[in-house]
Amino acid sequence: MARYLLTRAWQSALTLLLSTIVVFFGVRALPGDPALALAGEDRSPEALDAIRRHYGLDQSLPVQFAQYVERMAQGDFGVSIRTGTPVSSMLTTALPVTAELAVLAILLATALGVGAGVLAAVRRGRPAEWLANGLALIGLSVPHFWLGLLAILYLSVATGLFPASGFVPILEDPVDNLHHIVLPAVILGTGLAAIIMRQTRSAMLDSLSSDYVRTAKAKGLRPRAVITQHALRNSLIVVVTVVGLQLGGLISGAVVTEQIFGLPGFGKMTIDAVFQRDYPVIQAVVLLTATAYIVINFLVDLLYSVIDPRIRVTGDPA
Amino acid sequence: MTVLTVPMADAGPADVTRRTRVLRRLRRNPLAVVSFVVLALVAVLALLSPWIAPYSVDQTDFARTFAPPGTPGHVLGTDDLGRDVLSRIMLGARASLQVGILAVATSLVIGVPLGLAAGYFRAWDAVISRFTDLLLAFPFLIMAVGLAAIRGASLGNAAVAIGIAQIPGVIRVVRSDTLRLKSLDFVAAAVVDGASDLWVLAKHILPNATSVILVQATVAIPAAILGEAVLSFLGLGIQPPAPSLGTMLATAQQFAARAPWAAVLPGVVIMGLALAFNVFGDALRDALDPKGDRR
Repeated sequence: MARYLLTRAWQSALTLLLSTIVVFFGVRALPGDPALALAGEDRSPEALDAIRRHYGLDQSLPVQFAQYVERMAQGDFGVSIRTGTPVSSMLTTALPVTAELAVLAILLATALGVGAGVLAAVRRGRPAEWLANGLALIGLSVPHFWLGLLAILYLSVATGLFPASGFVPILEDPVDNLHHIVLPAVILGTGLAAIIMRQTRSAMLDSLSSDYVRTAKAKGLRPRAVITQHALRNSLIVVVTVVGLQLGGLISGAVVTEQIFGLPGFGKMTIDAVFQRDYPVIQAVVLLTATAYIVINFLVDLLYSVIDPRIRVTGDPA
Repeated sequence: MTVLTVPMADAGPADVTRRTRVLRRLRRNPLAVVSFVVLALVAVLALLSPWIAPYSVDQTDFARTFAPPGTPGHVLGTDDLGRDVLSRIMLGARASLQVGILAVATSLVIGVPLGLAAGYFRAWDAVISRFTDLLLAFPFLIMAVGLAAIRGASLGNAAVAIGIAQIPGVIRVVRSDTLRLKSLDFVAAAVVDGASDLWVLAKHILPNATSVILVQATVAIPAAILGEAVLSFLGLGIQPPAPSLGTMLATAQQFAARAPWAAVLPGVVIMGLALAFNVFGDALRDALDPKGDRR
């Protein structure tokens, strides 16, 4: 297992380096002089020279890249062209919002997806399976931003049950915070729930027809115990795998959801930055997403080998 | 696979029986038939929409903005500029299909050769795996944001961003199918026979991998259609005044107080399109499953 983890760690580090190189050259591919983009309002030649020196734009590419990595590692993402605030402080206010939204969405999707998936597998060929399958297909096909739009129109505006937009920090007022974020989390969670449901169902069907479940049934274990103790154990692995694989989709979904519900998170910051051509912010967003993706997937692999003993023994994901 | 159909290089008759079996299974599945008919209808409508749409998509009528559905002359009503909603939905669906097909074509053109190489040549596997990891680290929306920042927002750039994001999925399924096929006897026979690697890949492995590629493409198109809708909704995809279901929803959000119904139809059309593809994709996967009538 140690060897497997070491390999994964080395692979993750390599991917991280490669993605940093991609972003570094992506920034250089931006239209116009980077110094000009970084300068914002003050575009005097002296200011531009100062920026070129500060960011090492007068150095060779390898030197520039080394300095770039050093700055990024220290969390120095530059200053927003539009607001003048350091990008790092924008991130510290935006990231908790997105993290809360994503965690809530994952929890909701897991509860819903595993529940419906188990139900569909156990009630095979019955109306319950048809309903669960149909809902999962719709969940895969519905544009979630549209669901969000309808939810705002018909649940928030029409009935006033939920606030249509805005956000209250959790430390300020936990109840009001939940009130603001529950609808976006449900919307973001539906797509993930559909994927978890389909995977859970097929994993359950496989394990229900496996030898160890037949043995458990044969020795007289009650059906409920067979499902919860033997078959369902595997669905934990399914959830961890799906969340790891779907992390990119979750990040994309969070961006859209935040935009619709006006949540001041990472996603809204991203979209605003694109339209304001706020390049330092865009760069930070892209680099941070890639880093988060790589690190979280590495952690998922760690977790994976903890949950599934087969991986610990063979050193290879099943 | 029966004992009699030896999977040799020119397994012509076996191929034919397999195809008829798959088609028969599809015909017997009502969901497959319905979704296929829906897709065929939409495809025909989309192809012909520039000629059969009742109005030109840019034809404004400021005397009749926000006409509700059912207005004489405008079955589905008009939008904020008095443009006919039915016509714009028809051309919007056409744009959705265009992006869907363009994106999936992009991912196949790049992903299939890489998947074949990763599965066939051990030495390439590690390199291509790192490439896949790298692509995965940039979610499609972040990729689209980056592309929009560098090259501007457009239908083409949206399709490219979605297509690039779909490459890892293509590589994964093609790679694993190549690994499976490579271990079969007929490939070994061809290698012993002195066939070159390229010949084996092109003549033996790729033709046998088409079914997994087909299924992958069928489920990737609805994902791309949803992706286009999201990007256009955010303003990162198709640019107004060109018709797009995503931008129609963005406009609807802006004018939700005046015309709440405008938010319903474009969404229903996007969902219907994606649903038809997903249902058909499921049916196709079941029909191609050699394990038979497992549902």
